[in-house]
Amino acid sequence: MSTPAVSPPGAARAHRVNYLNERYGVASWLLTVDHKRIAILYLIGVTFFFAIGGIYASLIRLELLTPAGDVFQSETYNKLFTGHGVMMIFFFMIPGIPGVLGNFLVPLMIGAKDVAFPRLNLLSWYLFAIGGLTALWAVVHGGVDTGWTFYTPYSTVYSNSWVVVTAVGIFIAGFSSILTGLNFLVTIHTMRAPGMSWMRMPLFCWGMYATAIIQILGTPVIAITLLLVAAERLFHLGIFDPAQGGDPVLFQHLFWFYSHPAVYIMVLPALAVISELVTAFARKPIYGYKFIAGSSVAIAVLSFLVWGHHMFVSGQSVYAGLVFSVLSFMVAIPSAIKVFNWTATLYKGSVSYQTPMLYALGFIGLFTLGGLTGLFLAAIGIDVHVTDTYFVVAHFHYIMVGGTIMGYLGGLHYWWPKISGKLYPEYWSRVSAWVIFLGFNLTFFPQFILGYLGMPRRYHAYPEEFQVLNVFSTAGASILGVGYLIPLVYFFWSMRYGKDAADNPWGATGLEWQTASPPPTENFAETPVVTGKPYDYATVAEAALG
Amino acid sequence: MEIFPQQASTFAPHVDALYGFLIAVTAFFSLLIGTLVVVFAIRYRRRSPDEVAKDVHESAVLEVVWTVIPLGLVLVMFFWGASVYFRITRPPADALDVYVTGKQWMWKIQHTDGHREMNELHVPVGRPVRLTMASEDVIHSFFVPAFRFKRDVVPGRFSIAWFEATLPGKYHLFCAEYCGTRHSGMIGWVYAMKPSDYQAWLAGGVAGETLAAAGAKRFQEHACNTCHAEQAGARGPSLNGLFGKQVRLQGGQTIVADEGYIRESIVNPQAKLVEGYPPIMPTFQGLISEEGLLQLIAYIKSLSPPAAPGAAAAAAAPAERKPVKP
Amino acid sequence: MAEAARALAHEGPPELQHHFENLAAQKEAVSLGMWAFLVTEVLFFGGMFTAYVIYRESYRAAFEGASNLLDIRLGAFNTAVLILSSLTMALAVRAASLGDRRRIVPFLSLTMLLGTVFLGVKVVEYAQKFEHHEVPGPHFLVPHGLPPQSEMFFSLYFCMTGLHALHMIIGIGLLTWLVRRARRGDFSERYNSPVEMVGLYWHFVDIVWIFLFPLLYLLGRHTL
Repeated sequence: MSTPAVSPPGAARAHRVNYLNERYGVASWLLTVDHKRIAILYLIGVTFFFAIGGIYASLIRLELLTPAGDVFQSETYNKLFTGHGVMMIFFFMIPGIPGVLGNFLVPLMIGAKDVAFPRLNLLSWYLFAIGGLTALWAVVHGGVDTGWTFYTPYSTVYSNSWVVVTAVGIFIAGFSSILTGLNFLVTIHTMRAPGMSWMRMPLFCWGMYATAIIQILGTPVIAITLLLVAAERLFHLGIFDPAQGGDPVLFQHLFWFYSHPAVYIMVLPALAVISELVTAFARKPIYGYKFIAGSSVAIAVLSFLVWGHHMFVSGQSVYAGLVFSVLSFMVAIPSAIKVFNWTATLYKGSVSYQTPMLYALGFIGLFTLGGLTGLFLAAIGIDVHVTDTYFVVAHFHYIMVGGTIMGYLGGLHYWWPKISGKLYPEYWSRVSAWVIFLGFNLTFFPQFILGYLGMPRRYHAYPEEFQVLNVFSTAGASILGVGYLIPLVYFFWSMRYGKDAADNPWGATGLEWQTASPPPTENFAETPVVTGKPYDYATVAEAALG
Repeated sequence: MEIFPQQASTFAPHVDALYGFLIAVTAFFSLLIGTLVVVFAIRYRRRSPDEVAKDVHESAVLEVVWTVIPLGLVLVMFFWGASVYFRITRPPADALDVYVTGKQWMWKIQHTDGHREMNELHVPVGRPVRLTMASEDVIHSFFVPAFRFKRDVVPGRFSIAWFEATLPGKYHLFCAEYCGTRHSGMIGWVYAMKPSDYQAWLAGGVAGETLAAAGAKRFQEHACNTCHAEQAGARGPSLNGLFGKQVRLQGGQTIVADEGYIRESIVNPQAKLVEGYPPIMPTFQGLISEEGLLQLIAYIKSLSPPAAPGAAAAAAAPAERKPVKP
Repeated sequence: MAEAARALAHEGPPELQHHFENLAAQKEAVSLGMWAFLVTEVLFFGGMFTAYVIYRESYRAAFEGASNLLDIRLGAFNTAVLILSSLTMALAVRAASLGDRRRIVPFLSLTMLLGTVFLGVKVVEYAQKFEHHEVPGPHFLVPHGLPPQSEMFFSLYFCMTGLHALHMIIGIGLLTWLVRRARRGDFSERYNSPVEMVGLYWHFVDIVWIFLFPLLYLLGRHTL
């Protein structure tokens, strides 16, 4: 197999029926039950909400160029960082990779015709869209100013903003997440092609499976928590209001019981993508398949045991703090295992530097750094100093942006030929990968320093001595923004003007590459039968040669 | 441009030492992985379009090694972090008491001798200071970066934490828990002063009535002595000498009468009923402000002899050192 | 080529969805899906149960006092009604699995009736609370002799039983859908998983009540 193969011009290819051209018209899209079309619907949706979240980010960084709060009023600024968090987390990061890449790939990768519940899948998308539009309604009518964490009693008693509407929007989108998780769990359990045992399943599917566990177990808790917040606000109930005997720390426990595992909903899919990219672009079986698969599940389980590390200074007992601290250290280990196994995969590999691999290599570096800075936060003695400062902001952006978003973009580039049947322009894709990498680091590395110096988060104005680092950060953010715009342009461009892609332009293994690019609606002409190990490049090559 | 905060408390060097260790580990592993990735990516770069790598024998031993070593490292970090944390969490018995009320968007500080400050806190160096904090409204957080001190101030309870300043100077005070519109304006200064300067500060300026005297007033206002009458057959338990003592509850449990217990007994008296007394105390939730509760605590504390000889000197000293001003 | 593939897929019984290999695979998937969904429901209610248990510990006297204000006879009656409805639901599922078409609709209808009775009793209970100013909010009056934290009890009471009632209403809606399909003759020995799945859901909602009843009505009760 060779590097991106351009298919020969000719009528045969252009008129091949695939999931994109089989039917036209808005109704055929909005009423589709094809997982691949639903993936495209998600792609449109999450890109839209990412743009909104990105606008919020730009405005925040604009304000933070100068120490004084001179661009926006305080109330507005508070709505900016709340809007940024809510839009990015609930309407981009959580639905993102599962909705786009998960939906598109899981059935293909396991040799199935669709997910287990295609109509539920469409419902999932509608719930995501309606939830997002509900939250957007709140944005347009004045926004929310509680922070995405909705701490009580500020959110239930004191805030004068659209808390209930936003909570409802998140609640609805939460159901989308639950249904997606349900769908993937059942699909992976019951619809694998003949011969595809659990140990032959692609690591991307293992990652989606682990993510599904978290979606199913965790999301209902945030749902009930937000419901109680809305009820308290509407009916003056006092469940979390100390003036009526309620406990604000109980809210925090309930909130973080979901929201910590939620960050693994956001990162596990990206970790799963990277496993696929590293093996494909080293053209070598992934090192430690079982350990990588197992580490995904271990992360899913451990993620439910660490929520208290968000509350080390909120007054929980010393004993509780110690338990959460040691468990938080434990949850780092499976991630480290993945990084080591990816590195070992490169050893004696055949490494090529196409864009998806650039993203994967960048991911490994940034995720390592981001994950290690998590250890600072797990150590209670240090967390007391850096919690609620920019140190935390830097840490989670290294994982979420340096990690997840780069994994998402890497995956999008890798599977773009399969999804669209087109190739994106390699030169511009490499340029944007570098711009994103550099812009990202310039934006967020200074924030580690700012955090240890003591700059609190969610600050509209700050002491002058913090300005230089903030200016670096804002400069980086503007570069990062440009970096994100470039792929938006060329992906669109490629759909019209891009070269046609071969069925397997990367010479990769995996069932998704054994069918056409783009695939027909029913995915495979005949149900595939799996007989070999996953990522069996050596055998495939030998077979090809002799 | 500053890139590292000052060390102005006894905690700071310990926190910074652990921080240094973690930076070293982070740098080591980031460089290790980064270098390996770059070296492998270059050394094993694809040399022809059809090249395929050979399978490499997997080693379970290697997997175990690179699981166990990080595990060992993080356990070291855990224990080190825990030991730093233990240092932070146990206020010494002879600490100087300061009472803090956080409210949107200001810090009200009250010293036992009656000094009140707004958004400023004067403390002596070389002396542990114990902050008993309450919130009038939403969650705030008292954060002094130079001391590596931070504690959330949660409404509905007392938050107690301590520090000991070591370096005279003026240090930022920030609110570190988002609390609404002027969250980033809820800031101030902590002045750590040489003991002699601190005495001078105590002496100068107008001190109002002591916290305990204010608490005594509240006690009268709310007619607490109707039941807590300090005589045989009184309907409520005696408060003289109560603070810091063990209390037997109905059901046999024993607890120590600390600030949290007293606060709870005022707002939720049915939670911990004292053995031998009827459950007739009404709740004062919503009837007494957080500041009022702090004053009552101070008053009830003043009804007990100080806990330790050091504490006795501490309790007596500020009153003695402050000359009476006309 | 695509049309041929789809034509192939439409072979097989009408209730087989095209993406499953056969009815057995479909049934397995649907069953796993429903069980996983019920797990999410456990966690959904679980959050509120957690809050209840924690506050009960903190405000024992208030909660026990307020609990005694609930009408235990109506609560017990409702418990019996729900348990009976689970029986009729189980009989409906059995009828469907045996292909006993004549019995499916009557049993489903009985279940619906019992569910409606349950909701009716809840309406009566809620109305009583409204009259006695036991509904939290601006019109709440602390019941005589109880601490003010009894309002917390009622807040949780309404949230928990309200959410449960909502699930009952959804259950009755699902039963209505099942009755329609059963009348159409959709269910048989070979194909009856919708009945079975709704049965699982109904039993779950019943079990939630079986936890709610003792927690809310029975603990610390000193009068009948």
